[in-house]
Amino acid sequence: MSMKNKLPDPAAVKDEILKKYPPKVARKRSKSIQVLGEPGLEIQANVRTIPGIITQRGCCYAGCKGVVLGPTRDIINLTHGPIGCGFYSWLTRRNQTDPGPDGENYMVYAFSTDMQDENVVFGGEKKLREAIQEAYDIFHPKAISIFSTCPIGLIGDDIHSVARAMKEKFGDCNVFGFSCEGYKGVSQSAGHHIANNQIFKHVIGLNDEAPEGKYKINMLGEYNIGGDAFEIERILKKCGITLVSSFSGNSSIDQFERAHTADLSVVMCHRSINYVAEMLEKKYGIPWFKVNFIGAKATAKSLRKIAQYFEDEELSAKVEEVIKEELVQVARVAAEIKPKTEGKLAMMFVGGSRAHHYQELFREIGMTTMAAGYEFAHRDDYEGRKVLADIKVDADSRNIEELHVVADEKRYNPRKSPELKEKMIKDGFAFSDYEGMIPEMPAGTMAIDDISHYEMEKLIEAYKPAVFCAGIKEKYCVQKFGIPLKQLHSYDYGGPYAGFVGAVNFYKEIERMVNTKVWKLIKAPWADAPSLHAELACE
Amino acid sequence: MRKIAIYGKGGIGKSTTTQNTVAGLAEMKKKIMVVGCDPKADSTRLLLGGLAQKTVLDTLREEGEDVEIDDVIKAGYAGVRCVESGGPEPGVGCAGRGIITSITLLEQLGAYDDCWDLDYAFYDVLGDVVCGGFAMPIRDGKAKEIYIVVSGEMMAMYAANNICKGIVKYADTGGVRLGGLICNSRNVDNEREMIEQLASKLGTQMIHFVPRDNMVQRAEIHRQTVIEFDPTHGQADEYRTLARNIENNEMFVIPKPLEIEELEKLLIDFGIC
Repeated sequence: MSMKNKLPDPAAVKDEILKKYPPKVARKRSKSIQVLGEPGLEIQANVRTIPGIITQRGCCYAGCKGVVLGPTRDIINLTHGPIGCGFYSWLTRRNQTDPGPDGENYMVYAFSTDMQDENVVFGGEKKLREAIQEAYDIFHPKAISIFSTCPIGLIGDDIHSVARAMKEKFGDCNVFGFSCEGYKGVSQSAGHHIANNQIFKHVIGLNDEAPEGKYKINMLGEYNIGGDAFEIERILKKCGITLVSSFSGNSSIDQFERAHTADLSVVMCHRSINYVAEMLEKKYGIPWFKVNFIGAKATAKSLRKIAQYFEDEELSAKVEEVIKEELVQVARVAAEIKPKTEGKLAMMFVGGSRAHHYQELFREIGMTTMAAGYEFAHRDDYEGRKVLADIKVDADSRNIEELHVVADEKRYNPRKSPELKEKMIKDGFAFSDYEGMIPEMPAGTMAIDDISHYEMEKLIEAYKPAVFCAGIKEKYCVQKFGIPLKQLHSYDYGGPYAGFVGAVNFYKEIERMVNTKVWKLIKAPWADAPSLHAELACE
Repeated sequence: MRKIAIYGKGGIGKSTTTQNTVAGLAEMKKKIMVVGCDPKADSTRLLLGGLAQKTVLDTLREEGEDVEIDDVIKAGYAGVRCVESGGPEPGVGCAGRGIITSITLLEQLGAYDDCWDLDYAFYDVLGDVVCGGFAMPIRDGKAKEIYIVVSGEMMAMYAANNICKGIVKYADTGGVRLGGLICNSRNVDNEREMIEQLASKLGTQMIHFVPRDNMVQRAEIHRQTVIEFDPTHGQADEYRTLARNIENNEMFVIPKPLEIEELEKLLIDFGIC
C-alpha cells in the first residue's frame, strides 16, 4: 500500500503515548499496546484497568444481564438492586426481537427491585421475594431470572435460595439467579462467564424434544443488535438450516431448553459464549466451531463450513446457490462504493469480537483497519485459542466459578465419532477453533487492549482515521476531532450489518460517513476565538 | 457539648459501663443523650428501666419520611435522653449502613441542637470497628472523644489495639482523639498494671479501673444502673469516680497502636510471671 509510507511509524506513536505515563503505568500499558508484524506476538489482556485511566470497560452485571441475557424476550430479567442499574442496562444495546407467536415479550419492560436505603440496612430478600411474586402474578412468565448488583453482594442477600423457594412455590415458572455483582472480575467478561454457567445449569437440557429439521444448529454469541439475527436467520432458512437456539439474539427460553438437541454449535462472539459451546460439547457431544457472519465473504465462508460439517451434497449445493444469488447485490454495491472508500483508514475499539469481525467489512470496501482492540477480551481472542494453555489465571478470574461438566449419562451422543472427527481435522477442518484477531491484521497496524481515552486521542492525532468505531462513551469525544464515530455496540440508529443484506447496509453507511463534509463545515468555538488565559490574583 | 464514643470488644461491658457512667454524670446534673449504635438495641435498657423504645431505623421503616424526634428519643434515668439506632436481625442486611442512616437522621431531626442544652452525647458502639458503618461515630467528627473499654484478657486488648488503628485513621480528617482506656476488670492476674502499661504504650491513660462486682449483675437484672439500684454501694462510687474522671479529663491523644509482637510481649511480661 502506497499510503503506508505517509503514515507515522506505529512504534513511534506507541512511544509517544507511553511517554506521558509514569514509569510503572507505562510498563504495564506497553504490554497491551502492540505493533503487529512479528509472528507469535503476545499481548496483555484481561488484566485490571489502571485506576485513573478512562477505560471503555463496563461491569460484570452489564456483561451478564445486558449482554448475554438481555436479548431474550420471554424471561423476566429482574435486577436486584437500586433502580439505576436496571434502568441504564435496559435496551441500550438495541437488541431487537420478534414478539414471538404468543406475543410474550418482556424486553419492553425494565424490572427492578428498586432497593432503598432501608432494604440495604435490613436486607433485601423480602423485597426480592415480593418483586418475583408481583412479576409472576402480572405476567405468568415461563421464567424469571434475578441479577445481583453491587450492594447485594455487600449485604449478602442470598438470591439463590430465594430463587429456589419461589421456583418451588410456583411450580410452573423457572426462577434462577446470577451472582453477577458489578465489582466482580476486571470487566464485563466476568459477567459473560457467570451468565453462561447459570444458563447451562438451570435451563439448557430441560426439554428433550428436538425441533424438525435436517441440519440443526445452535448459534452462540449473536445478539441481534439492529436486527442482525433476522438477516442471519433469513440466510440460514434459505439454505435449509434449522436454528434450534440462538444465544441470545431474537431468542426465547424454549430455545435454550432444547439447545442440546442441535447437532452443531457455531460461535460468533467467542469471548462471551465459548463457555456454553464447550459445555454443550462435553455434556452432550455437540461439536462447535467459530463462524463470522459479519462481512459478505466471511458469511459465505461460514455457510460453506457449516455445509462441510454436515457432509451433505444437497446442503452444499443449496449453500452455493444461496451464496451466488446473494453475492450479486453485494458485489454490485461494493463496486459502486469501493472507489469512494478505498485506501481510507478505520480504527475499532469495541467488544470482545466486534473489533475483529468488522475488519472484514472494511476490507471489502478497500479500507484498512489501522488500529483495533477489545474492551474485555482475553489473550485467546487476540492470539487464538492456541495460547489458552499459556494464559496465566489470575485472582480476578479465579473468583468466577468454573463449572465441572461431565458427559450426560443418557444424553451424551457425539455427533461426530472421535475417528471421524480426527479424520476431518486431518483434512484441514478446524473444530473448537478461534484464530483470534491479530493473525488477520496486516503488519504495521496496531492492536491495543483496553484502550484509554488518552491513547485514543493520541491515535486520532497521529493517523486521523476516516472513521472510528467504538461506543457511546467515545462517540462525542471522537466527533469533536471532526471524525465520524460509528457505534458498534448499538449501531447508532442503523443495522443490520450481518449477513449479505447487512454488508450492503454497512458499505453504504460507512461511505456516507467517511465522505460527508459535515465535519469540515462546523468549526469548534475555540478554533477561531483565542483561548482565555488567566492568572491567580493572589497566591 | 462533648461527644463521646465508647468502643471495645464485644461482651466487654460497654453498654453497662456507659450507662453506669452516664448515671454518674447525670447525678452531677449533666444533660446527656445516649445513642445506642448496636442492632440489638440494648444500650439504653438500664437507663430506661427496660423500656425498649422504638429504634430510629424501625421508626423510619414504619413511618416513612414523616419522623418526629419524639418518636425516637425517650427520657430515662435523671432525664437522660435515650435513643437506639437499631438495625437488622443477625445475618441479614447491613448494620453499618444502618448506623450511618440513623445518625444522619438524628442530625436532621435536630437531636444535637443547642436547644437541648446537652453537656454530653454518648455513642455506645457495637463490638470492634468491623466496617465503615461502625466507624461512623468517629468519622467526620461526630464523636470527638473515644474511650475504649478493655480488660486484661488478650482478645480484649487485641480489640482495643485495633480500635486505636481506626482512631488513627480518622484522627486527621475528623479530629477524633482517644481519651483513655476504661479497665472493666475480669480479675485477670496483674490486670491493673498490664492495662496501665498498655495505655502508656498507646500514649494514653487508664482513666479508671472498675473492679468486678456482682452488684453490677444484680442491678442489671433489675434493669437499673448500680447508681439507681443501690446508690450507697461501693460499686456505685466506682462509676461516680469514672464519671468524674471523664468530666475532668484533659488528656486527648492520637494513639500509637502496637505491633502484634509488642502486644504479645506485654501479655507475656505481665500475664505469665
